[in-house]
Amino acid sequence: MMMNNSLKSLSKIRSGTIISGKWHGKRYTIIKELGAGANGVVYLVRASDRQAALKISDNPSSITSEVNVLKSFNKVQGSALGPSLLDVDDWNQNGHQYSFYVMEFIKGPDFLSFVQQKGPEWLEVLVLQLLSDLEILHQNGWIFGDLKPENLLVTGPPARIRCIDVGGTTLNGRAIKEFTEFYDRGYWGMGSRKADVGYDLFAVAMIIINTAYPKRFNKTTGGESQLMEMVRRKPELKRFEPMLKKALLGKYASAAEMKSHMLGALRPSQKQSVSSSTPKSRTQLHQKKYRTAVSKPKKKSRFLETLLLITAVSMIYVFYLYIQVL
Amino acid sequence: MRTGTLKQILLITDGCSNQGEDPIAMAALAREQGMTINVIGVIEQDVIDDQGLKEIEGIALAGGGVSQIVYSQQLSQTVQMVTRKAMTQTLQGVVNKELQQILGGSTTSMEDLPPEKRGEIMEVVDELGETVELEVLVLVDTSASMKHKLPTVKEALLDLSLSLNARSGSNRFSVFAFPGKRKEVEKLLDWTPNLETLSSIFPKLTTGGITPTGPAIKEAMSYFQQKRSLRRFLSNDDEQFFEESI
Repeated sequence: MMMNNSLKSLSKIRSGTIISGKWHGKRYTIIKELGAGANGVVYLVRASDRQAALKISDNPSSITSEVNVLKSFNKVQGSALGPSLLDVDDWNQNGHQYSFYVMEFIKGPDFLSFVQQKGPEWLEVLVLQLLSDLEILHQNGWIFGDLKPENLLVTGPPARIRCIDVGGTTLNGRAIKEFTEFYDRGYWGMGSRKADVGYDLFAVAMIIINTAYPKRFNKTTGGESQLMEMVRRKPELKRFEPMLKKALLGKYASAAEMKSHMLGALRPSQKQSVSSSTPKSRTQLHQKKYRTAVSKPKKKSRFLETLLLITAVSMIYVFYLYIQVL
Repeated sequence: MRTGTLKQILLITDGCSNQGEDPIAMAALAREQGMTINVIGVIEQDVIDDQGLKEIEGIALAGGGVSQIVYSQQLSQTVQMVTRKAMTQTLQGVVNKELQQILGGSTTSMEDLPPEKRGEIMEVVDELGETVELEVLVLVDTSASMKHKLPTVKEALLDLSLSLNARSGSNRFSVFAFPGKRKEVEKLLDWTPNLETLSSIFPKLTTGGITPTGPAIKEAMSYFQQKRSLRRFLSNDDEQFFEESI
């Protein structure tokens, strides 16, 4: 996509340039460009004693929207999904006013390169971390929206998944603001573009599929048939197949549910990996066994629930009779 | 705050107009009547000429909208981005006007407020963007050079209706092609909330030589006005609620 003119000038700020805030008066020295998107350019800057990332745009409303999201993220305890917000200000330059915000500089390889370098066992770890973060986000009423591997960086050690672009984050129930076709439920004809939990989980499934197809692929027929066919073609996706299917069809009610399903498929392989070097093939062998183990406590709790209900109802009935007799 | 219905004209073209009124003047006229004009210039490997580029930017500027030049593969995403951006821009304008009334002379827009105070205003704009009624009149250039881009245009428009129908506010679309079979402009699709019927119309489109962009915008304007008087009779039936009785 081509950028409009004022954005182009923003992507050419030379290193050493000092950006000084109009309202708060803080000064930032440009070190280098980190990336450019549809809504602005991100630079690595030096702020007094440390490095930070600065996003600048000619569109104050998109900066304000993102700042709103970052602020509410920072209020959420325990979520490390977005970068923390350091400053918001305007910069006057050559008669133009640009808006910018400064955030924590998150450094590390992106999701796909990390998994490729470190090995497929890291895929589960990162996806589980991502699902935990999404669960917290969802509980606070937000949907991430534009979830994709380019926006996910792995910091560390210890390895921790972080998200660097919150531009697509939308309130649950509203229309998705920004998306990338490959990870978008609407593009594949698998549902609407309304922000809900299922929208993010669909994107998580597509990210997992993306690891087996680093170059992505285009829509032909679309829908469940094409996506599941692509999953079946890759042996490395085999262990995720039931999970991917559920996520693509929007059958998970929450990120936590998807996480526990994933852990369920994983646990035996963790046990095995201590003693053997080929955990992958064992995973499938043990999958079934584990699932029955998981459903047992559930049944137990259901039974308890029934028992409790019956006792409660009969007690009320006895009480009722007692009153009637009196 | 009532914003009424947002009216947008979305012009999809690949070059310069060559017949009839000056499209930039027509765009300015449309803006005066409360419409916004967005322009998307679709190019392939071919680079758009300077004159065409100037016209595209000029129409959007005069029409108070957004313009974007894009390779046809990225059309779908651009169409929805441009529409949204223009919506925000228009709503921002409405909100700015209110601000000026509340805060008085010196504050004319959100940018005059310190960043801390913009957050809440932006939330109002976002909220309006989600709920406001939207009408988009799509004008598709069907001159000869557009011929092989039309399937992509169709996909992009279907995708647009998918994006916008995820909002809680209602949407109406209509589609016009220029040049038409006999006239300069031809109506392909009357006001409808979803564009699915496009799939059957688009393949039948014939492409022709001239590019009467100006007359097309003029025609689109009058179509907005005609419809307005008729719409009064249609009630908002999506406001019905059923209360459960026990």
